[in-house]
Amino acid sequence: MSVENGIGASVRRKEDQRFITGNGHYLDDINRVGQAYGYFLRSPYAFAKIKNIDLSAAKAAPGVVDIFTGADMVADGIGGLICGWGITSKDGSPHNAPPHNSLAVDAVRHVGDQVAFVIAESLQQAKDAAELIEVDYEVLTPVTNISKALDSGAPQIHDEAPGNLCYDWELGDKAAVDAAFANAAHVSKIDVVNNRLSPNPMEPRAALGEYDAGSGELTLHTTSQNPHVARLIMSAFLGIAPENKLRVIAPDVGGGFGSKIFVYAEETTTIWAARKINRPVKWTADRSEAFLTDAHGRDHVTHAELATDSDGKILAFRVSTQANMGAYLSTFASAVPTYLYGTLLSGQYKIPSIYCEVQAGFTNTTPVDAYRGAGRPEATYVVERMMDTAARDLKMDPTEFRLKNFIQPDAYPYETPVIMTYDSGDYPLAMNMAKDMIDYNGFAARKAQSEANGKIRGIGVAAYIEACGIAPSAAVGSLGAGVGLWESAEVRFNPTGSVTVFTGSHSHGQGHETTFAQIISDKLGVPIESVEVVHGDTSKVPFGMGTYGSRSLAVGGSAIVKAIDKIVEKSKKIAAHLMEASVEDIEHEHGVFSVAGTDKKLTMGEIAFAAYVPHNYPADLEPGMAENAFYDPLNFTFPAGTHIAEVEIDPATGVVDIVDWAAADDFGNIINPMIVEGQVHGGVAQGIGQALLEGVVYDDESGQLLTGSYMDYCMPRADDLPSFRIATTNTPCPSNPLGVKGCGEAGAIAAPAALMNAIVNALGKDIDMPATPEKVWRAINSN
Amino acid sequence: MTTVNMTVNGKKVSADVAPNTLLVQFIRENLRLTGTHVGCDTSQCGACTVHVDGDSVKSCTMLAVQADGAEVTTIEGLAKNGELHPMQAAFKENHGLQCGFCTPGMIMSAVDLVKRNPNPSEETIRTELEGNICRCTGYHNIVKSVKAAAENMGG
Repeated sequence: MSVENGIGASVRRKEDQRFITGNGHYLDDINRVGQAYGYFLRSPYAFAKIKNIDLSAAKAAPGVVDIFTGADMVADGIGGLICGWGITSKDGSPHNAPPHNSLAVDAVRHVGDQVAFVIAESLQQAKDAAELIEVDYEVLTPVTNISKALDSGAPQIHDEAPGNLCYDWELGDKAAVDAAFANAAHVSKIDVVNNRLSPNPMEPRAALGEYDAGSGELTLHTTSQNPHVARLIMSAFLGIAPENKLRVIAPDVGGGFGSKIFVYAEETTTIWAARKINRPVKWTADRSEAFLTDAHGRDHVTHAELATDSDGKILAFRVSTQANMGAYLSTFASAVPTYLYGTLLSGQYKIPSIYCEVQAGFTNTTPVDAYRGAGRPEATYVVERMMDTAARDLKMDPTEFRLKNFIQPDAYPYETPVIMTYDSGDYPLAMNMAKDMIDYNGFAARKAQSEANGKIRGIGVAAYIEACGIAPSAAVGSLGAGVGLWESAEVRFNPTGSVTVFTGSHSHGQGHETTFAQIISDKLGVPIESVEVVHGDTSKVPFGMGTYGSRSLAVGGSAIVKAIDKIVEKSKKIAAHLMEASVEDIEHEHGVFSVAGTDKKLTMGEIAFAAYVPHNYPADLEPGMAENAFYDPLNFTFPAGTHIAEVEIDPATGVVDIVDWAAADDFGNIINPMIVEGQVHGGVAQGIGQALLEGVVYDDESGQLLTGSYMDYCMPRADDLPSFRIATTNTPCPSNPLGVKGCGEAGAIAAPAALMNAIVNALGKDIDMPATPEKVWRAINSN
Repeated sequence: MTTVNMTVNGKKVSADVAPNTLLVQFIRENLRLTGTHVGCDTSQCGACTVHVDGDSVKSCTMLAVQADGAEVTTIEGLAKNGELHPMQAAFKENHGLQCGFCTPGMIMSAVDLVKRNPNPSEETIRTELEGNICRCTGYHNIVKSVKAAAENMGG
């Protein structure tokens, strides 16, 4: 029996009605009586000492309520921003995490660093007053490039980080890798740069702080992917207010892609200032501020080598990476180039030994942290560029080389040399499916046709794997995480049979209000329109670790299933009592409870009503029908698949035209295929953006951000992208009750490698991202 | 301060505004119609697109006083008598939105696009929507939505 709008149905989204009619409530849509407006004075320099700040003229400006500097926050005992993941270097020392004040105290370390917070009756007045603040800077020489920052003699950004080093980390068996290389028939080498990106969710970050002098409660409305984590950090480390007096609300959030995970200076300053002035304060970033201060992504420089035998089998893999952390260590920055990167370097391949070392360092740039995929796109890019290079060196077809080295479908659980245990998968199946979809074998004929038309055609493959469903608490704890990464849920029946589901996951475009409601509908037989999913408010939801790392369904959805199981267990007792049967004889399917072998049955709605009006009720049972559950995953999940890109390049202009895209992804079981397809489309688009269009650029000498607006940073537009052909395979995840793996990041992980392999295939030479027309044209016209 | 008068979503409105008030500020702050969004500072993203006298306009590029006497339609005025405009319905049916932030501007642009191109090709849709940035959907389902809406609108 299947249920209407249940698991597996492409249910149209419940949340869409408010968004398509203009009735969403994004942060800047919220206003409070008596609200003042905040504006940040930001550093115009990449690196400077602050010798003096003179606020006198600004404080006297019209409409100014107050102006705060770093000294005011320090005097109030407000702590600095923290990094929640400790990395240990090769020599056993902890990573260097220099102080990171919300408002600068004695120095600024990137363009856009916060210097003062001006609060006025109107935003315009706040901006005008900020112009009157006189800051006496001693300008220092900045460094923005990670390789230069790690060179001896580079400007020293923090006293606490000698040589600008955050950590020098390693993973894997160096001796085994060295031995394998010494005996290898072939060694292939690559040098790749993973370009720095700006996440650019369309809703800029914003914060609205409120203080209730009566209760002493602070309420922060903020653009967050994880409001409970924000509350925890602001309470425990910054000391803004105890958790019981701090409410954090993340309402409709217009995209995140990782950038809204982190606890930022603007949000902490806004909520602190609201209490200082005892008035609501609102701050909304403009796009320029978003480019300057939203944590960036990627920015790796990598050298990699692959050892193979005479038969084309991989023997060992060696990777050395420099990772740019920016000016300060953001909330989860340290984990991205280590445990979200090095652990994925086995890709889909059986590689006997792997060794990876990562040097992370500070520069005078915006902090870098997780951006869609977070470490896994960087790993996939290295692995898949490497595989193509090795195949080329060995004169093998790149798909044949991969198929020869894939972990086989009967090998699970498969332990990699980089501490992951893959639980399920069928990599050859997905690759062969993608090859069929794009008619891989017909490529030579299409290439000949392109050549006849004066064009250059290329095809590129990426077989990716990611570790999602983040994450088993004990595992991540042993690797340095400061938190557990479980999720919580409450399923609450109302007496009239409707259901309210509280989840610690947060939706900012993923469609949880629909997907999670489908689970309830399917398992408890409640019509989907009678299910309300509540998220994003610390005063409503028990607790939550939030949404990132494609974890919401695998972890948050599993917590909901656990709560449903408790509801069913209790309902069986009530049903047994009402139908005068023993509990063991009660059968349950999709919200109908029946007595085995009879036609007696009760619906979930009838039982819920009985639980709230317990006139005829088991004596030993509590009334009510609401259950809480916390779910801690047993393992990561391992979505995987193959994407194939086909391009045609015009040698006259260097413009890359994506003529076809085929994706075969294994996400395990799927609740809503329509939403999953949409996630893949969006991920691939961001990956194509990285490969062809996007890149954060700093001026080397001044450290100024040159790509600070949509005039300069090339976002993918509709006419830059093709339509996509996507399909799925399914090996259910064995470690969670839904059998799901997660789909949010796959596209962004697979696409850059697939597209760049296609371009390299067309050009016959290596090229770095973004493959702009100029770069491609130069590559064609150079020797 | 300058007095502006205009008709917004069929209602006559009037207010005294500073002369440098943008149309989008007037719509969001004076009229509290917050469906029209601001996503950038450089008139690139199109989240603020509305109709002024029937044509799509980025309301961050226009002063409120320039719309004096005009008929303005925002996303809130698109549905009639509780019934979604075919473009709104098509976005929902075809999963043409995810986070929803760019959606009001995207829908307003798309309505104008179909008015001028009743039977648009995929290429026309992609070219015409160049001024509206979406970070979530990869545009695949937006293109599909606009095509479906054009068919339903009798193109």
